[in-house]
Amino acid sequence: MTTLFFAVLVTLLVIFAGFKYRRRNEKEVGDAVSGNMALEIGWTVIPLIIAIVIFAWGAVLYVNYRITPKDTLDIYVIGKQWMWKLQQPNGRKEINELHLPVNQDVKLILGSEDVIHNFYVPAFRVKMDVVPGRYNTMWFRPTKTGKYHFFCSQYCGTNHAVMGGWVTVMDPAEYATWLSGEAGAVNPVSAGEKLFSQLACVTCHLANGTGRAPSLNGVYGGKVLLADGSIVVADEAYIRESILQPKAKIVAGYQPVMPTFQGLVTEEQILNLTAYIKSLQSQPVPAKGAGIALPTAGKK
Amino acid sequence: MSTHETVPEPKFPEKHYLNAEYGIRSWLLTTDHKRIAMLYLAAVTFFFFIGGFFAMMIRLHLMTPNGYLLTPDQYNRMFTMHGVTMVFFFLIPSIPAILGNFLIPIMVGAKDLAFPKINLLSWYIYIIGGLFTMWSMINGGLDTGWTFYTPLSTVYSNSAVAPAVIGVFITGFSSILTGLNFLVTVHTMRAPGMTWFRLPLFVWAHYATSLVMVLGTPVIAITLALAGMERLFGLGFFNPAMGGDPILFQHLFWFYSHPAVYIMILPAMGVISELIPTFARKQLFGYHFVAAASLAIAVIGFLVWTHHMFLTGQSTYAAVAFSFLTFVVAIPSAIKVFNWTATLFGGSISFDTPMLYAFGFLGLFLIGGLTGLFLGCLGIDMNIHDTYFVVAHFHYIMVGGAVMGYLGGLHFWWPKITGRMYPEWLARIAAFTLFIGFNFTFFPQFLLGVMGMPRRYHMYPPEFQIYNVMSTAGASILAVGYLLPMIYLTWAAFYGKVAGENPWPATGLEWKTQSPPLTENFEVTPVVTWEAYDFRNRPDLGLDVPGGSGPRIVAPAHGDD
Repeated sequence: MTTLFFAVLVTLLVIFAGFKYRRRNEKEVGDAVSGNMALEIGWTVIPLIIAIVIFAWGAVLYVNYRITPKDTLDIYVIGKQWMWKLQQPNGRKEINELHLPVNQDVKLILGSEDVIHNFYVPAFRVKMDVVPGRYNTMWFRPTKTGKYHFFCSQYCGTNHAVMGGWVTVMDPAEYATWLSGEAGAVNPVSAGEKLFSQLACVTCHLANGTGRAPSLNGVYGGKVLLADGSIVVADEAYIRESILQPKAKIVAGYQPVMPTFQGLVTEEQILNLTAYIKSLQSQPVPAKGAGIALPTAGKK
Repeated sequence: MSTHETVPEPKFPEKHYLNAEYGIRSWLLTTDHKRIAMLYLAAVTFFFFIGGFFAMMIRLHLMTPNGYLLTPDQYNRMFTMHGVTMVFFFLIPSIPAILGNFLIPIMVGAKDLAFPKINLLSWYIYIIGGLFTMWSMINGGLDTGWTFYTPLSTVYSNSAVAPAVIGVFITGFSSILTGLNFLVTVHTMRAPGMTWFRLPLFVWAHYATSLVMVLGTPVIAITLALAGMERLFGLGFFNPAMGGDPILFQHLFWFYSHPAVYIMILPAMGVISELIPTFARKQLFGYHFVAAASLAIAVIGFLVWTHHMFLTGQSTYAAVAFSFLTFVVAIPSAIKVFNWTATLFGGSISFDTPMLYAFGFLGLFLIGGLTGLFLGCLGIDMNIHDTYFVVAHFHYIMVGGAVMGYLGGLHFWWPKITGRMYPEWLARIAAFTLFIGFNFTFFPQFLLGVMGMPRRYHMYPPEFQIYNVMSTAGASILAVGYLLPMIYLTWAAFYGKVAGENPWPATGLEWKTQSPPLTENFEVTPVVTWEAYDFRNRPDLGLDVPGGSGPRIVAPAHGDD
């Protein structure tokens, strides 16, 4: 609206001036006016105030978008040249299709296997880059059932234009039926648990906290005290980094002995491991050596 | 109409910079800033039509949803090479290296730029960089987008990324040297009486542009060097598989490439600041504010780069800060638009072709600038980022703004450059064709963006077709609009009506010497005794000032030192 106002205002002023002050005589000159301080201040300050209002309005929307609400339906999304792999919390996988229940906050956890992609649902007016080497998250709340396009909107190579699909928003009951439809879907938590022992993570990360590495019980979502005295929140990105670059952040009281799993695990396996570690959130935290910062530890 | 006695028909000067010497050597080894400007004109025009050819292929391909003309890889090469050619080899050098090179020394009353040989060197660097890039486009092409985002460009692309990056890297030095030359010239070579606040705003705009060129271009050089090394030698700066950070590349890239937008638009604003007072025959409203706005844009322009990256997962609060700064950088542009508009009031406005381009610029830049606010607004950017809305927005700025300014300037100074007038009516028709074709091409793209069509798509869902067809239709009108001036300006350079010293008349120093100028620009160094764009105290212009000219008596324009 403001845009339209200024565009129309200036256009009309220019057209008006063009007619009113058109040259009537070859030798004519214009008036002897070279400026006006009040006008200058006016057309600096008024647009600035309007700009700040629009800025603030947009910033509030954006901050709300970047802070994910609680109790979301978490969908794991992996982009690769040139397809999307999406996984429901119960392990049901889809390619270039996403089924969701209506009126439920949905969080997408986005990872990439190769280049930067972008997950974009025009109907929901949200998008987020999918960056290799890190997780981004986005959330939205579908409020109408139906089928909506999603696109990759960050140019990613040859078939960028076909890297898209459909979001299907369904009634919760329908969604539940759909969700249980596929036989043989492996729950990511149990897949992660299996990997956890296959990759021998379990030999050091003992649940009771007596191993060479910290217990992972209750780690997810908590604060972790590091060897350099700083504190980090154990979110998906932290878990991912600890798997791929274990020496980047060393938990206080432990030696940097963990080998890197860079190149040894696929993005999907990392997601499964993460899902398993997240499931340990509710497990009892051992008293000794878990590496979890107590609420008071941060104050010192 | 005029009550004055008829002025005798102007005669074409016998000696001027174009006939001072003959032969190919006299051009390729020249240190005359005017001849170097002509070398740039030839090269930049060449690159413009190459880039235009790529654009035509894009638009033809997008007429149908499935695009039968090109394969996906060919399409990706077309839009990448369109972007690279237009940004680095047309838009950045166009106004500064052609009009700036030609005019800045004359406007400040000097014989040449401060470093004439470096000026020639910068043309050769530009040509070498350009040919390197063109060679890479023929041998393998480039399909990374002009933004070279990692790790697509450094690891996954199957095109000639390394030579293209080296070509752009080389060209950057041309830009740095040109900027340096302008800065030193404006500081040290102004004629007696040409104080800072008597400088034409064209010079102020180029001064601000030069600052950005000198301070910003080294950053893109380093960034592209790092990307090139990662591509060629596998050094892991940006590749996450090697512990690099792909987002770091974007920070470095946009730290230059956002200010580079101002390298493209500031000189066009400088042209408009010349055209509007001349054809409204009235002093520019708020001279000091317009000059300061140029500098403010140059400085604040360095502080907004992450608004290209709101959705990369960068810190939420950094995004909020950069969004705020983005709104702030819009204010100096708004100040300029208001001052230009205010200049029209009480003026004596004529509708010669350069003024038509100035009006076109005002309208298109207004739309381009205001839609920039949509993108800078975080809540809206979430939806329209990376869609055709962005494509439409920056074409309104770059083509609607920068190219309109460039063509307006070319028409305005063509009589000075060649000594001959272009055909007025044909030029007016071309200006209208361009304006209509441009809006037809790019306005539908705003609608496509709002509907959610992502950019850089070689095929698209059928619901987007109608606007794509409109856009392609507009592009063909636009192409005619570009071919016309190329033909009649070339014709006019040889057969146009002789222009004389000051056909408009205009107030700058460049109009106080013969057209085309002497190699030394002036017979004697001029002394400036008038304020910029002051038509009322300039009896030498032969205008009727009601109530006589002001109290000041104006000294003869040519001093005697």
